[in-house]
Amino acid sequence: MSDERTLDLLEAKIAELRKLDEVDGMNLSEEVARLEERLEDLRRELYSSLSDWERVRIARHPKRPYALDYVGEIFDGFYELHGDRISGDDRAIIVGLARFEKRRIVVLAQQKGRSTEENKKRFFGMTRPQGFRKGLRAMALAERFGFPLVTLIDTPGAYPGLESEEQNIGGAIAESLLSMSRLRVPIVSVVIGEGGSGGALAIGVADRVLMLENAVYSVISPEGAAAILWKDKERAKEAAAALQLTAGHLKDLELIDAVVPEPLGGAHKGFAETANGLREELARQLNDLSALSIDELVDARYARYRSVGRFRRGPPAGSE
Amino acid sequence: MAIFKERQYLRVDVDKDRDESLWMKCKSCDELVFKRRVRENNNICPNCGEYFFLTSTERIESLIDEGSFVDCAEPIMADDPLGFSDSRPYEERIEEAQKRTGLLDAIVLGKGAIDGIPVVIAAMDFRFVGGSMGSVVGEQICHGIETASDEGRPFILVSSSGGARLQEGLFSLLQMAKTAAVRQRLADAKLPFVSVMTYPTTGGVQASIASLGDVIIAERGAMIGFAGRRVIENTIAQELPAHFQTDAFAFDHGFVDRVVKREDLRDELASLLSFFVEAR
Repeated sequence: MSDERTLDLLEAKIAELRKLDEVDGMNLSEEVARLEERLEDLRRELYSSLSDWERVRIARHPKRPYALDYVGEIFDGFYELHGDRISGDDRAIIVGLARFEKRRIVVLAQQKGRSTEENKKRFFGMTRPQGFRKGLRAMALAERFGFPLVTLIDTPGAYPGLESEEQNIGGAIAESLLSMSRLRVPIVSVVIGEGGSGGALAIGVADRVLMLENAVYSVISPEGAAAILWKDKERAKEAAAALQLTAGHLKDLELIDAVVPEPLGGAHKGFAETANGLREELARQLNDLSALSIDELVDARYARYRSVGRFRRGPPAGSE
Repeated sequence: MAIFKERQYLRVDVDKDRDESLWMKCKSCDELVFKRRVRENNNICPNCGEYFFLTSTERIESLIDEGSFVDCAEPIMADDPLGFSDSRPYEERIEEAQKRTGLLDAIVLGKGAIDGIPVVIAAMDFRFVGGSMGSVVGEQICHGIETASDEGRPFILVSSSGGARLQEGLFSLLQMAKTAAVRQRLADAKLPFVSVMTYPTTGGVQASIASLGDVIIAERGAMIGFAGRRVIENTIAQELPAHFQTDAFAFDHGFVDRVVKREDLRDELASLLSFFVEAR
């Protein structure tokens, strides 16, 4: 975003002036205050009317907080568990035990890498079959001990590749969907960044589905939709708008339960604030869910997914 | 996730007036073959054995006892929840597909018998927006499963689908979760679910209901997988083997229980179902 760069420049300028003010005792505080006000205005102007495509860019922003950032901030004593016990340990998926306020929970999350090195290790957050199977372990563990399951979704999608296909990635996703749909513990899923298609949904079948304000969740990436439907990769912006993949749209369509606000410019502009909002929303949702018996919970989850879909009744007049 | 363009399949239209020619050329062996022979032979080339594409109706005719089929689909049609328009409006795409196929959406659902065994069968139709699963297809599959479990019948799903229907956005993605959840009804009722994967069974359909059969059968010549060849080549530029996502690939890697020839599929289903039904 070129406009975001302007803001960054302005921010740097202000910091510089402030330093001069301190060091040289030049009386610049009025100038600084004026610039700060202007910065705030610009920020509001830029971010209050974000297009869907701009939100896609924020959801993928390299500085965006990732799952482990939230895990460290919101949960206590995260104890990571590794491996699917069959073929390996997918580092694009993290699983572990944690405390959240007064609860013990199981965390299942998708983790992107910050550096090139880490991204190589974490496959850019793209889950492989062993990752989904590690997830199945987490689900079984949660159910065995009655710990609520919290999943954090942030993936461009399941990892497309020969090894993935050889290990039946589609079958692994299907098993994950089935397992979550009947798991006998409360499940809350949060899309914190990119909710990329089947790879995201595979850990997103839940009693409550939340999204951060600038997260996106879609059946296909805007670029993929542009290539397939518009036959033109360059039309991703249009595709992003058509897919209605933002938290706001999906809330309006009643496909998610709540939107967790982010500061102007996105979660990376105010991590503590975002994490705090997420903590509060998670606590609220888990409290609500704990009022239900397990049977009521699983029945309600079943009803939620059984009823999803929009269609019209009756064939068109004059047909058949 | 619909990873295939709608492609032109060699069709056998012996009933349509406009198609007067009695002969057709097989795309595989280049032989001129007598159309009616092909039709009577389950759309298999009598010369080289190549399979031609079956519509959902033809598929059901090939599997279900004559005269036993009763449509039990819900009377529903695609809505346009996103007001979606790409190179053309979604509504127009649906209307065109309905006219061209005579179907309401990409699936046919009904009750019938296979060798006298009552079943509920759903067959997807690749001609209809690539057999893609949107709200209607998801709903019909669930309705089929519920009908089967209410009436104590086994459920058979014959997939022919590129995946989720992109034009319904997240509604389509969530059909994966919906069908997977409802699939449990059959297990609870101790009724078998036989998933038959044909050309193609990919994307969101392979990654949900189609992979959750008690028994999974691939029709010979099926294409089975999650991400298509082009997607993989474009994303990670990996070279893929020639037999990638073929029936043999799926079988060798343990996705499916058996690979069955089209001409044997009915008998295979009959004998498999008789095992489950007798045990009840």
